[in-house]
Amino acid sequence: MSMIEMKNVSKWYGDFQVLSECTTSVEKGEVVVVCGPSGSGKSTLIKTVNGLEPFQKGIITVDDISVGAEETDLPKLRSQIGMVFQNFELFPHISIIENIKLAQLKVLNRDDEESKKRGMALLDRVGLADQATKFPAELSGGQQQRVAIARGLAMDPIAMLFDEPTSALDPEMINEVLDVMTELAHEGMTMMVVTHEMGFARRVANRVIFMDQGRIEEDCTKDEFFETDRGERAQEFLSKILTH
Amino acid sequence: MSDFDFNIIIESIPFLLEGMGLTLLLTFFAIVGGLALGVVLALCRLSPYGWLSFAAATYVNFFRSMPLILIIFWFYFLVPFILGRPVGGFYSVLIAFVMFEAAYYCEIMRAGIQSVRTGQVYAGQALGLTYKQNMQFVVLPQAFRAMMPILLTQAIILFQDTSLVYVVGLRDFLVAADIVANRDNRLMEMYLTVALVYFVLCLMGQLCINKLQKKYPSGR
Repeated sequence: MSMIEMKNVSKWYGDFQVLSECTTSVEKGEVVVVCGPSGSGKSTLIKTVNGLEPFQKGIITVDDISVGAEETDLPKLRSQIGMVFQNFELFPHISIIENIKLAQLKVLNRDDEESKKRGMALLDRVGLADQATKFPAELSGGQQQRVAIARGLAMDPIAMLFDEPTSALDPEMINEVLDVMTELAHEGMTMMVVTHEMGFARRVANRVIFMDQGRIEEDCTKDEFFETDRGERAQEFLSKILTH
Repeated sequence: MSDFDFNIIIESIPFLLEGMGLTLLLTFFAIVGGLALGVVLALCRLSPYGWLSFAAATYVNFFRSMPLILIIFWFYFLVPFILGRPVGGFYSVLIAFVMFEAAYYCEIMRAGIQSVRTGQVYAGQALGLTYKQNMQFVVLPQAFRAMMPILLTQAIILFQDTSLVYVVGLRDFLVAADIVANRDNRLMEMYLTVALVYFVLCLMGQLCINKLQKKYPSGR
């Protein structure tokens, strides 16, 4: 059984189809990179995995629980799937440590002490323990994104979703975030990562999915993706992003 | 101005304070009640259920197109009629203010909630927060912060509007001053005092707002 399983997922905004018959899966412990030109539906695809984006056709299961099913306790399922966003989305009105504690307290019903301990341990791990009492706006983009990763990990997720985690960062901060993600991957975390960072894909990914116009055009191992001839669209995309 | 009598002002302070007590009490409870109902209405207006959103919109549009004084009259006669027993002027007026102000607070809070980025809502959802938790801990605190200056401005307007209770015979600050003015024929003294007190209190409120605006500039 795969950790994440998608079968013929289609989604429309009105008449406009954003996802067409997307089928793929992510095994436990696997790192899958999703890439493709902007507007190809990759961000939408990853948001369907935890039900942030509803879809009209197909089936998605996470840990064998159907995301789209009426009877599914969606908040509970989401609490088990960490998610990191392009714009960090830390809560600006509370401190860093409170950001990490909030869902532990309210969703997992951990007590104050335990959630703080877990939060501090994770902040330490991403190298930001000394920033715990600051507010998000006082941190750099790279630091905020590392906090966002810690916030997701605090829930002890069974999988992590990353939606362009480095796209909003200044170049010099990209690596500090990718390093945390790489470490996470080596520890065996199941990860689905929408990114243009092909270096990260080469080093860390097990599989690469290439999307174009709402379709999954390529879905293969990393080696196949980078070393053999891909379809015309994937080739064109790769040549565009690898040359700069 | 030579016969301007300061004594009459000083002598009537206890009486005026009683009136101010009612004014402040009414203002306070009308803000709390109006804001609470306004938030609920705002959430209804933004609800994906069309009928709920329509009902809230109808409420808001109705109350916003009525003069406040008419609403006060209405509730003064209507509330005892509905309940089948007299409730006293204060409570009927309070209910009128709460329901009237809620319409305005609804629109302010709706704008506040909409000013919170979708990404923030997603982040709360992705962590497993329920709709209620997400509103309570993520969205509404940010909405309140963004709208604080406008909410306080509305509170100042409400403070001034409470003087309309004279129409149902409640003795607020203005009415208390008016009673003294007519009793002792000291119109000039009393009306100037009333104006000065309203001016100072509202100015202080406005200064607080300006300070808040500097502390939490709109936009992050």
